[in-house]
Amino acid sequence: MFEYAPAPESRSVVDIKPSYGLFVDGTFVDPVDGGSFKSINPASEEVLAEIAEAGNEDVDRAVRAARKAYEKVWGPMPGRDRAKYLFRIARLIQERSRELAVLESLDNGKPIKESRDVDVPLVAAHFFYYAGWADKLPYAGFGPDPKPLGVAAQVIPWNFPLLMLAWKIAPALAAGNTVVLKPAETTPLTALLFAEICQQADLPAGVVNIVTGAGDTGRALVEHPGVDKVAFTGSTEVGKAIARAVAGTRKKLTLELGGKAANIVFDDAPVDQAVEGIVNGIFFNQGHVCCAGSRLLVQESVADRVLESLKRRMAQLRVGDPLDKNTDIGAINSAAQLAKIRELSEVGAAEGAERWSPACELPDRGFWFAPTIFTGVTQAHRIAREEIFGPVLSVLTFRTPAEAVEKANNTPYGLSAGIWTDKGSRILWLADRLRAGVVWANTFNKFDPTSPFGGYKESGYGREGGRHGLEAYLNV
Amino acid sequence: MTATATSARSDLSELGRSETALRTFLHGLPGVDQVGAEQRAAQLGTRSIKTTAKAQAIDLAIRMVDLTTLEGADTPGKVRALATKALRPDPADPSCPHVGAVCVYPAMVPYVAEVLRGSGAGSGRPSGGPGQADGAAPAGLGIVHLASVATAFPSGQAPLDVKLADTRAAVAAGADEIDMVINRGAFLAGRYQEVYDEIVATKEACGDAHLKVILETGELATYDNVRRASWLAMLAGGDFIKTSTGKVPVAATMPVTLVMLEAVRDFRAATGRQVGVKPAGGIKTSKDAIKYLVMVNETVGPDWLDPDWFRFGASSLLNDLLMQRTKLTTGVYSGPDYFTLD
Amino acid sequence: MSERVAVRKTYKLFIGGKFPRSESGRSYIVQSGGEETANVALASRKDARDAVVAARAAVKGWAGATAYNRGQILYRVAEMLEGRRDQFIALGASADEVDAAIDRWVWYAGWSDKLPQVYGGANPVAGPYFNLSAPEPTGVVAVVAPEAPALLGLVSVIAPAIVTGNTVVVAASPAAPLAAVALAEVLATSDLPGGVVNILTGRLSDTVPTLAAHMDVNAIDLTGVTDADLAAELEVKAAENLKRVLRPAPVGHDWFADPGVTRMTVLLETKTVWHPKGV
Repeated sequence: MFEYAPAPESRSVVDIKPSYGLFVDGTFVDPVDGGSFKSINPASEEVLAEIAEAGNEDVDRAVRAARKAYEKVWGPMPGRDRAKYLFRIARLIQERSRELAVLESLDNGKPIKESRDVDVPLVAAHFFYYAGWADKLPYAGFGPDPKPLGVAAQVIPWNFPLLMLAWKIAPALAAGNTVVLKPAETTPLTALLFAEICQQADLPAGVVNIVTGAGDTGRALVEHPGVDKVAFTGSTEVGKAIARAVAGTRKKLTLELGGKAANIVFDDAPVDQAVEGIVNGIFFNQGHVCCAGSRLLVQESVADRVLESLKRRMAQLRVGDPLDKNTDIGAINSAAQLAKIRELSEVGAAEGAERWSPACELPDRGFWFAPTIFTGVTQAHRIAREEIFGPVLSVLTFRTPAEAVEKANNTPYGLSAGIWTDKGSRILWLADRLRAGVVWANTFNKFDPTSPFGGYKESGYGREGGRHGLEAYLNV
Repeated sequence: MTATATSARSDLSELGRSETALRTFLHGLPGVDQVGAEQRAAQLGTRSIKTTAKAQAIDLAIRMVDLTTLEGADTPGKVRALATKALRPDPADPSCPHVGAVCVYPAMVPYVAEVLRGSGAGSGRPSGGPGQADGAAPAGLGIVHLASVATAFPSGQAPLDVKLADTRAAVAAGADEIDMVINRGAFLAGRYQEVYDEIVATKEACGDAHLKVILETGELATYDNVRRASWLAMLAGGDFIKTSTGKVPVAATMPVTLVMLEAVRDFRAATGRQVGVKPAGGIKTSKDAIKYLVMVNETVGPDWLDPDWFRFGASSLLNDLLMQRTKLTTGVYSGPDYFTLD
Repeated sequence: MSERVAVRKTYKLFIGGKFPRSESGRSYIVQSGGEETANVALASRKDARDAVVAARAAVKGWAGATAYNRGQILYRVAEMLEGRRDQFIALGASADEVDAAIDRWVWYAGWSDKLPQVYGGANPVAGPYFNLSAPEPTGVVAVVAPEAPALLGLVSVIAPAIVTGNTVVVAASPAAPLAAVALAEVLATSDLPGGVVNILTGRLSDTVPTLAAHMDVNAIDLTGVTDADLAAELEVKAAENLKRVLRPAPVGHDWFADPGVTRMTVLLETKTVWHPKGV
């Protein structure tokens, strides 16, 4: 046997402070009522830092700082200068990429190979992409002189903390808005390091404000009358609450919410790549991915063979220390999320689906869940309908292309879909019919700053990325 | 999706009797998506192999080297030196394993045989080893094999009887492994029967010697072709499939080897017979070799992590492995002056 | 010789390409130019439901029609409307308004095969992938038509919704339903497939909350809602299945101005397709 020795990435590259304040008007400040919470490492349950919890008054200060910066500095600033600040930030992210990757893995639990090779490079790319738009807005197709909206309230999830920050902040700033961003309460650290990067870039005070906290902080921010724009990524349930909260206001809203994507494998698929795509589709980032291919729809005639290959491949997945460079699946982000995954998995078993996981040893401390597939699942099973947001795949079968489309679309969600077949015309036929904002054909879970991302139906509205992503932050 | 990854064993021996059957079978194999295959290979290349794992991998890689010289300028003196090095790659360290085989042109076989025989190793393959479905430890374990290229290497552009005579001569001179080249022209023209028959005939000419079938993947242009050629070679009885002659611009690559590993994995699942894989050409550093071993480990598993089932066709690779090995033992970086240049 | 007795018109609903009465059997009276009055159908919740069913059934064919075909049909609407200019003037529209309404159909007709080019396109991703974004219709759209200008306002909310392949259920302005029903007659003779446009007359409070809450409606256009509280209430209902929402038009909106593309784009979904490039 060829056993890989531990290959831990050094955590000495990051300097985590014992406590963090709120980033308001260019400086770190204590919250008015002094509240705080702890951010822990989900792989070990050790406390990483004490984080300030923003109350209503803190949120108000942040919004006012953003308003002032919008009116006095960022709004009037020529696009070419906004661009240069964004390029600066992009460069600083590249320069501090190792630090950001390690911190992200510590705080989130994702494997270092993903934070290092996927998250952080995409973050830098996103800032580079939108930096270039800042002085080209008249050419973006939204009229000769599109205007920013003002102050953007942005609430982001814990699955890709820094990447979601980039998806929110880069287009907002490029378009000339200022922002108040609330990171998720379990993963605030990279956003706070990003605040330091803003300082290092000499970004004018108040252009970016970071308020940490949980649901109440988010609600205060979204409901604040001083914001002109609300952007949220997270669960469909919270997304609906936000849509209700902004009803009747002037606030422009974009939502990027849940999904239950079908990954459709035909009998003529390039099977080895399809198996990789299935694995990447559901086990990437522990399955904490809104566009995860959580429903495998495999053509019945090849289902056994595909599953055999899939199981063999799953046996190779290495679950464990997120900082080990060879880890494929890291820690579940929180105890609460782990409980939810466990609950739905138990429902799956209770409803009669057959559960399988490869033999794998899970660490004693921290939050862990072995990669799992359920076979014999039908559309009526809860695990085929509800978003699990974990490393759990439901396997269904189909007989004809029409049946595949029908099953794929038979969900209130519509974020993404996958197609695996060697037949080009079939791909295009399916792509036309799948009600999903992103269709990956013979690939899965690919992201790029130039490529619009966002959902149909209850997966939300608006697009992030590309020229389309600007629209959310312009008065058009 | 034909006959792959299935636990039910199939009898594929009839396929070689008709061009149509061969074509239908080979074209029914699942396609390979280039981008996906290359990404998977690249991902495997990011594994971090350190400390004990690295030491283990380096020794294994040394044992898997087919130490090769295939030059017009090869002389008895040159190949004798190579054979000597094959037996004792690091004269300063007796714990260093010997390589898997020496690989030379047929005319050079007798000189290599002399050296290997003198050491008690060498020609005449005992029973067991590659091609044996039972997987029992080959009786010849611990010896350095003697491989000879044959069949009008590297182009393969000679009449069949000449190629077979070439093969028989190499075996008669002491080679226990024959590295043949397939007829790429016939393959690309779709004359699968012709390619198949040549491999069958060469295998027969090998007698007890093991047959490695060089696909020359650099000339096959697509991964779909690499997969088909792999199956064709295995169906025709090849004991090993090998990427390259080293004589065309594109030699072994990670993704090509990945596709070939998938083929031997699926072939064993379909037929029960295990076939070896040999990437050759262009693998120069320990880092490269370790990436290949990771790929073997995670694609076909430990059954192939053995010199009987996986080889590196290489020359300069060995010295880099030796330098890295010394670094692990001594803790300091070594230099080329401390290793023999044969 | 006695004066000819005029044949008066019955103003009914327009659902699924047919002109049914309200299933409730109710109607209300409006002035129809001059001294005549007309009984206009008072649509019920069930009529709204039926209209959604008709609109949903029409989505597949209409969204699946070629852009060229949809453009031709919208142009045909303009032709038919041109032929009925006098009818709309008799209903109280100014000649300028009718002309503007006709021109608006022509303007939108031309968008059908251009918007996907302007609003979609290839994305230069950093990798060996073909990547294309293209807009698609969101599906069934509920529309609250503005009260005035009755015809131009109505055309200005229907045309941008349907040109891209959506189907609509329109709540006509209660105060100006006759233009809506007359327009339905135009649409019914323009090769527009049944169900693409459905028109409900009557009280907004009977139909619009039902449409706003309906889980099989994908978007709602609140343009004609003048009561801010009602608009907020409808937006809250719309959140239940995350309908795309077009908020009410600002007071004093100039319906004769260049409409821009937002009315079309807000009712579109962008779909992005990736595929590897390899041999």
